[in-house]
Amino acid sequence: MIRALRRPHRRPRRGAATLGLGLAAVLVAATACGGEDDAAAGGEGGQVNLTVSVFGNFGYEQLYREYEASHPGVKITERGTGSDLSNYTPALTKNLATGSGAGDVVALEEGIMIQFKEKAQNFVDLGQYGGNEDKANFLPWKFEGGQSADGQKLIGLGTDVGSMGMCYRRDLFQKAGLPTERDAVAKLWPDWDAYTTVGKQFVGKNTGAKWFDAASNTYNTILVQEAGKSPGYTYFDKENNLAVESNPAVKQAYDRMIGMIGDGLSAGYKSFSDQWNAGFKQGTFATIACPAWMLGYIQGQAGEANKGKWDVTKAPGDGGNWGGSWLGVPSQSKHPKEAAELVRFLTSPKSQVAAFKSVNALPSSPVALDDPATKAFKNPYFNDAPVGEIFGTGAKELQPVYFGPRNQAVRDAVESTLLAVQQGKLKPEEAWSRAVRDAEQAAR
Amino acid sequence: MSTDVTTPVPATGPPGPPPAGNRQSRKEHWSALRSRADSKISPYLYIAPFFLLFAIFGLYPLVYTAWVSLHDWELAGAEHPWSGLDNYRQLVTDEVFWNSLWNTFGIFVLSTVPQLTLALLIASLLNRRLRGRTFFRLSVILPMATSVAAVSIVFSQLFSRDFGLINWTLGGFGISPIEWQASKWSSWSAISLMVNWRWTGYNALIFLAAMQAIPRDLYEAAALDGAGPWKQFTRVTVPLLRPTILFTVIIATIGGFQLFTEPLLFNSGSSNYQGGSLRQSQTVSMYVWENAFVKFDFGYASAVAWVLFLIILLFASLNALAVRRLGGKD
Repeated sequence: MIRALRRPHRRPRRGAATLGLGLAAVLVAATACGGEDDAAAGGEGGQVNLTVSVFGNFGYEQLYREYEASHPGVKITERGTGSDLSNYTPALTKNLATGSGAGDVVALEEGIMIQFKEKAQNFVDLGQYGGNEDKANFLPWKFEGGQSADGQKLIGLGTDVGSMGMCYRRDLFQKAGLPTERDAVAKLWPDWDAYTTVGKQFVGKNTGAKWFDAASNTYNTILVQEAGKSPGYTYFDKENNLAVESNPAVKQAYDRMIGMIGDGLSAGYKSFSDQWNAGFKQGTFATIACPAWMLGYIQGQAGEANKGKWDVTKAPGDGGNWGGSWLGVPSQSKHPKEAAELVRFLTSPKSQVAAFKSVNALPSSPVALDDPATKAFKNPYFNDAPVGEIFGTGAKELQPVYFGPRNQAVRDAVESTLLAVQQGKLKPEEAWSRAVRDAEQAAR
Repeated sequence: MSTDVTTPVPATGPPGPPPAGNRQSRKEHWSALRSRADSKISPYLYIAPFFLLFAIFGLYPLVYTAWVSLHDWELAGAEHPWSGLDNYRQLVTDEVFWNSLWNTFGIFVLSTVPQLTLALLIASLLNRRLRGRTFFRLSVILPMATSVAAVSIVFSQLFSRDFGLINWTLGGFGISPIEWQASKWSSWSAISLMVNWRWTGYNALIFLAAMQAIPRDLYEAAALDGAGPWKQFTRVTVPLLRPTILFTVIIATIGGFQLFTEPLLFNSGSSNYQGGSLRQSQTVSMYVWENAFVKFDFGYASAVAWVLFLIILLFASLNALAVRRLGGKD
């Protein structure tokens, strides 16, 4: 084939012209990136274009239009709507590392926030633009969560919190002869011991479904609760030393989960996998640890056909949190003042109520949580569950937990060993030492 | 070369002394100069665009990655202190890295060998006089035109533990459901199947193009000597395809060692970059990604990437040597 491509030598003709074209193409390609950026950020005649980068859905569309109407000359574009967090995080990291391409306002999910608290130079200090005046608007731990690691800078203002509930399938509960009304269900599991006992009963009834979806989610919920009681941190202590072995809360939650797997309660999925997603629709598990934002996820995965089958109630134990976000302004923004003002607007109690009604993003503002509109809000997909009430109470009682900057890698390492136990690839009695070893490797 | 000589092109060669003779000889002199410059320089100018693009998008990142790998470089961090060869030293004893290399190698063998063998057979079938030859030739390329993401989603559903078609079929033979992501052998086979499905047709077409360049009379001569179809295939087709096989092997090596999307999507869900609960199918590229974007350790990620580059070079040359031996001397 290579031989076939050879042609007899022929004298080139329009050499110079071709070269010129080629060079021009290279130059255009090399400079295009810069040009586009400037055009997007710059404004003509006092016009300010602000780009808001988000993942999933923050429910801000209405608020943007409102803001534009009250701030003539400001134009807001949202980017990344509906995107996956696993794509959003690396893209944002790249943009921040290279100093261009991030939006003027960026959503910072819990995991990202933890990592960027130590890299505060990438963000504008919102305190310079009056951000500290909003302190009273937020749950104290949420406000502190938006500060840089040294506490000197305010890099984000809180949007929502992921306070915990427990979602369950009414039809499967009925099949197993368990109560289906949410108050009665909440009474079934005052704590995790009771949750395990009921789980064993449920599995004994052979409904074809398991008690919960995945070891990782339930384990993490238990861990955050235990850590909230004491010592207030999970895998890293507050000096960022790895504490997998020294923190009793980790071992306690881990052992409890190994026990639950042994009792055959887990469906053994990996969270957010295709099979996990299918499980919502097929009803292969009866309960799932449910932060507020999970409601929207379940609705999306289980679909209209399963409307009314899912319900939500109080989680076992006390409170807990999973996820929730902040909004920040990257230092590369050309309009830091205007962007900071928009952040303050979007995170105000009034806006948080609007976002809650729009996409169930549970407010991080006590004012918004106590707002009658939040309290009275019922979710029709979940049998008209009073979600504002169920999640709001937990959010206010929450014991804050500290996460180290390498939390994600260590958490993934530990949770993977639980998955391996469920797959039968790791013996339960060997799992803990493997978890510690992998955590050390991940923290390096 | 050209008839237009009134506006002389800036001379690239050393300018000759101004000829004292008449106009005609001067014209000839210029013409000769330009012609010489043209044949000497033009070829380089022709290939220049590629090398310029390569320098910007290939060479520069390569050198920059090497530079980064010599630092303690945290992504989006404030400082990047020099660390010399520390990252490489760490790599030597990093069992996660060696595991990912072993996985990559395993999946590479499982995907390349059947892929190229099958492609060769398909190509030789397509090289015959068949009814609807164009249709078949076009259809083998179809998997290439499908997006990797779509392919991986379909395959991960096929390989699903609870509702997958493959486990359902195996169930018909009394085999209990396999959790494909959970073991090395099963995850490697599933991922290799995806790669094979996608690339076999492409290689078949390349082989086919090369086969059509083999003169018919060679086959006729072989047939006269009493060689059957199989003998003709092994003694005429394969040896004459050697340069092409070399090409496909090298391309497959480069692709195989950089395998990323298929295993990532096959292990969908949280911590997918680990390639399974015990890293059963984590490839080196996934490990690079893990270091860069989960641990933010850009320096170490760059070191892994550079070692991967060297390994690819090594394997490509080993393969080239092996294939050169195939079918004897040239």
